Amino acid sequence: MNFSNFVHHLTYMGQGMLTIFIVIGIIICVVYLLNKLTSEKKGGDQ
Amino acid sequence: MEAILQNLSAISWQQVVMWIIGGILIFLAIKKDMEPTLLLPMGFGAILVNLPFSGAIGVDGALTTLYNAGIANELFPLILFIGIGAMIDFGPLLANPKLMIFGAAAQFGIFFTLCFASMFFQTNDAASIAIIGAADGPTSIVVAQKLQSNYIGAIMVAAYSYMALVPIIQPPVIKLLTTKKERKIRMEYAPKEVSKLTKILFPIVITLIAGITAPASVALVGFLMFGNLIRECGVLNSLSETAQKVLANLVTIFLGITIATQMQAENFLRAETLLILALGLLAFIFDTAGGVLFAKFINLFLKKKMNPMIGAAGISAFPMSGRVIHKMGLKEDPQNFLLMHTIAVNVSGQIASVIAGGLILNFFL
Repeated sequence: MNFSNFVHHLTYMGQGMLTIFIVIGIIICVVYLLNKLTSEKKGGDQ
Repeated sequence: MEAILQNLSAISWQQVVMWIIGGILIFLAIKKDMEPTLLLPMGFGAILVNLPFSGAIGVDGALTTLYNAGIANELFPLILFIGIGAMIDFGPLLANPKLMIFGAAAQFGIFFTLCFASMFFQTNDAASIAIIGAADGPTSIVVAQKLQSNYIGAIMVAAYSYMALVPIIQPPVIKLLTTKKERKIRMEYAPKEVSKLTKILFPIVITLIAGITAPASVALVGFLMFGNLIRECGVLNSLSETAQKVLANLVTIFLGITIATQMQAENFLRAETLLILALGLLAFIFDTAGGVLFAKFINLFLKKKMNPMIGAAGISAFPMSGRVIHKMGLKEDPQNFLLMHTIAVNVSGQIASVIAGGLILNFFL
């Protein structure tokens, strides 16, 4: 059992979680944008 | 007669143990209905490859040929992803995209287990073990295979077994981290219409984003999203049906029985296998905890609170996790319908876990 490996890999944990949150954040923004751009306008010409 | 005696005398106790393990997998598949599509072929395959002088494995063995043709090059899990992508309706997620954040939070167990497993295993093995927490069999196979893990058999068995154990593993963890009052929080569902164009553009955009941010995940994400594009485009209905049913079933049959090539007694019956099973469980528990605790954290800033249980659906075991948490909500309050929220979080977990797999590959490949 090597505890120093645990500490060493904490960097990857930080980087990994941060990247996932950033990527998912980008995807959320893009989906909001897509919804906004492609939503059909209600109550058009009668 | 002499040949029969020779074969009988070649049976080792380790092989008998593997027959028992194979029998247990078949029992769980048939009697307990736990991931039968995979546990049954794996169980039968475990018996098949642990017969003395088994002709199914070896240089000319059919299973070895299948392994080299479909798993060693990650082809089967990727093709399976086309079927999975065709099965998933991202509609509830697209209607409420902010829920996607829980898919990210619920990947915590993967990265925590990576740190923990690195104390016992080399980095490539630790990373492959950690990805069991993705609750996503194909991703586990691809990552373990690409990182050339020495424990691919145990990792695959753990990945698929824990997917089947979601109803047993998640509820106690969720109950431990939430109060009864929190579990009773109702969440309204206001159905929003999502345009067809959004549904078509979504898989393309996700592939682009994932490909740019985590290039190693592009095959995983790409095949998943390709399947979804076939589903949503509206002009390939028969292909979509084929991908969802025939293709997925065919690949699953081959995948399950081929995985068994990694369950030969000499590779599987090691102390490390038990440790891998324990670490896989740890990854699952911390994924669940990560999702729930993140939801509780978000609630600190919200006027209208969310039910923190939905955070736990951010693992990729789709749709089982979503359903399990919906049922937990109903148990606390029969009028509390969380299904649409949990399913939305659950499909985001599918995307996030694939991205997590890609990140792991980016780090260590």
